[in-house]
Amino acid sequence: MSLMKGTNFDASTLTALQKVTLRAVVMSFLFYGLAALEGTLMRVALVNPAIPPIEGHASHFFSIMTVHPIIGIFGSTYQLVFAAFMFLIPYLTKKPLYSVGLANFVWIMITVGSALAWIAAFIWSYAPLYTLYWPLPADTTQFNVIGGIVFIVGVALIMIGTLGFIYNIYATIFAKVGVHANKTSKELFISGFGIDGLLNLKNKLTGKPPYSKEPALSLPVVAIFRGTVDTFLDALVILGAGILVLVYLLADASGASWDVHAVDALLYKNFFWWGLDLVADGLVLIYVAGSWYLLATLITGQKLFMENVARAALLLELFVSWMVWSHHLLADQGQPEMMKLISGEMVTMFELLTQGLALFITLMTLWKARPLKMTMELKYLLAGLLGFGLAVPAAIIQADMGMNRILHNTQWIIGAHVHIALLTGLYMTLYSVVYVLWPLLTNNTKIFSMKMSNMHFWLHLIGSLGMGAFMGMAGLDGMLRRHFYMDGEFQTFMILAAIAAVMMLVGWLIFLINIIMSVGLKGLIGIFLPAQDDTATFGIDPQPSVVAQKK
Amino acid sequence: MTFETSVELLKFHNVAYTVYAMMIISVIAWFAYNLTLTEQAKPIVRIPFYLYIGFLVAMGVGHHIFTYNTIPWVSEDIMRHNITPDKTFQIKIANHKFDMEKMEIKKGEKVLFDAHSSDLVYGFGLFRQDGSMISQMQVNPGSKNDLLWTFNECGEFDVRSTEYAGPAGNDMFVKKIVVVTGCDKKGV
Repeated sequence: MSLMKGTNFDASTLTALQKVTLRAVVMSFLFYGLAALEGTLMRVALVNPAIPPIEGHASHFFSIMTVHPIIGIFGSTYQLVFAAFMFLIPYLTKKPLYSVGLANFVWIMITVGSALAWIAAFIWSYAPLYTLYWPLPADTTQFNVIGGIVFIVGVALIMIGTLGFIYNIYATIFAKVGVHANKTSKELFISGFGIDGLLNLKNKLTGKPPYSKEPALSLPVVAIFRGTVDTFLDALVILGAGILVLVYLLADASGASWDVHAVDALLYKNFFWWGLDLVADGLVLIYVAGSWYLLATLITGQKLFMENVARAALLLELFVSWMVWSHHLLADQGQPEMMKLISGEMVTMFELLTQGLALFITLMTLWKARPLKMTMELKYLLAGLLGFGLAVPAAIIQADMGMNRILHNTQWIIGAHVHIALLTGLYMTLYSVVYVLWPLLTNNTKIFSMKMSNMHFWLHLIGSLGMGAFMGMAGLDGMLRRHFYMDGEFQTFMILAAIAAVMMLVGWLIFLINIIMSVGLKGLIGIFLPAQDDTATFGIDPQPSVVAQKK
Repeated sequence: MTFETSVELLKFHNVAYTVYAMMIISVIAWFAYNLTLTEQAKPIVRIPFYLYIGFLVAMGVGHHIFTYNTIPWVSEDIMRHNITPDKTFQIKIANHKFDMEKMEIKKGEKVLFDAHSSDLVYGFGLFRQDGSMISQMQVNPGSKNDLLWTFNECGEFDVRSTEYAGPAGNDMFVKKIVVVTGCDKKGV
């Protein structure tokens, strides 16, 4: 056991599928560290603006605020989720991944794209925030044109990588090999959208035999299938917005002066939020529900409780996710009142139902399997459930025309809702996935220290809940989320939030050291060296296509 | 039950959400503890599945019905196109600067803040001297940005942009530009 060699990890025994997954995981956690560092810098600056490196410079503060979500959401979360799913789809469907080469392309594109966006903010202080409210991203009186172009190219590369992931997922699901050799595309499509679950429920209610006793796709695959629909639509919208900004920036660089008001700011907001909300209210909630179901079944070794209801709920969540974007526009007086009422309030309310169902089904699956050992994966799963148990009701509260008038754009939104959802809900769920997949991806490598794993768990849990809560309390006192306060306003809450942020950063460092001590520096480098074994499946005959052809 | 000001509403919200947060944390902690016990715990209450679903729907819909009936600015906002304001204030915003006159208002008057941006997306937020928010709206260029508001409190209030419009917008803050009078000695 040493820093160089780790515990018993041997990168040379890894397959191509294991290696490509681990490469993205490594990049994801490095980007997470960068996002955590950026977040901590902003927290500290809100306690004392004079502290370096921000030193009271609003342009520096907002540059960090611009790239923080790009690095956190795309560089870290997207990478980790895509990596896990490109491993899980072959694992769960018992088929090879469509292309390991494409999976490599995905993590490289997202890594390079995230790095470019970061560079644009670091070097040129390009800071239109992730919201890109038109015409701010094309405002060349405030921002450097080159910085803007580099930023948009970076985001475009992330989206191109995302499209590569989507293609890989669907090409793998629809491949007629292995257990799906005799399935038709229609059968896979019906199962992917959960229509078989709905028909099973309908037949049960009318006393008929089930439409499909054994659905073609397992429930976690269905969740990935559905969530990826939103990932695709979101990628198109962000690419579309990126092209618009790029065209204006290139026109400016060429000396032309185009009228930015040719594009309606409110219409653009609707278009952009429709797409961006597919991340927050679409793919995240659907992917998370699917991950909970998978984790619950893997941890307990039992079937999921109320599986047909879960399948139907995932379909409902897909439709809900397409119609909720107006809750971001409740403070926009030009937005039609009916859209605020129906999309912003009423349809958004369904997320309480769909996520409440997912929470219930997961808890019941665990409860029926008592007694369970409190493993790391179970701990993280429960913490993830808690995170969404807090963040989703917070979202429903603020998606209200009365409450939004005094909560919109305050620290409540970004603290009590967004950061609790992401850091406690999503990341705790993802850490649970990491601990479940760890033995499969590393060929049963021993984790260096369970004490360190536990320290990371508690630091992250208390830190994320604490930071979200104190930011939320400051928001209720009127503190805005996109403002650099420099006169010590809201300082008590900001000191407490900064302490919580530091706890999370320390937790990440402990996690990183634990992982490096487990795989060793040599093993870490080995992950990025070409695989000697080009197997693209896990735990089955590496070439099921050959079996299918013989049939 | 009616919330006259945002202060009352936010206090209520703070208590209600804190109680809920403590409750869900306790439930998950109790659940986690009992998951590991060999002697199976008996559930404190048995909640039928459809009752749970009904509860979620009731909470989701009930929340909006509750706010509509207790927060005066909700119905006022929805119906603002049919309400004649007692006063209208024009606010012009350009190059990260507010262009507006001092606004003097009597308590209980319905006033319309009509904001126009000629370049970027800004925000128009009214704040008390302690930094707490009274109300706000987004100010989009090229579209209607009208906020109808009835002040049920007196004092001098600040205006701050509540939306990011580039680093230069960080200084968009006008002190004591709104003055509301007409309260008695107790401030009511």
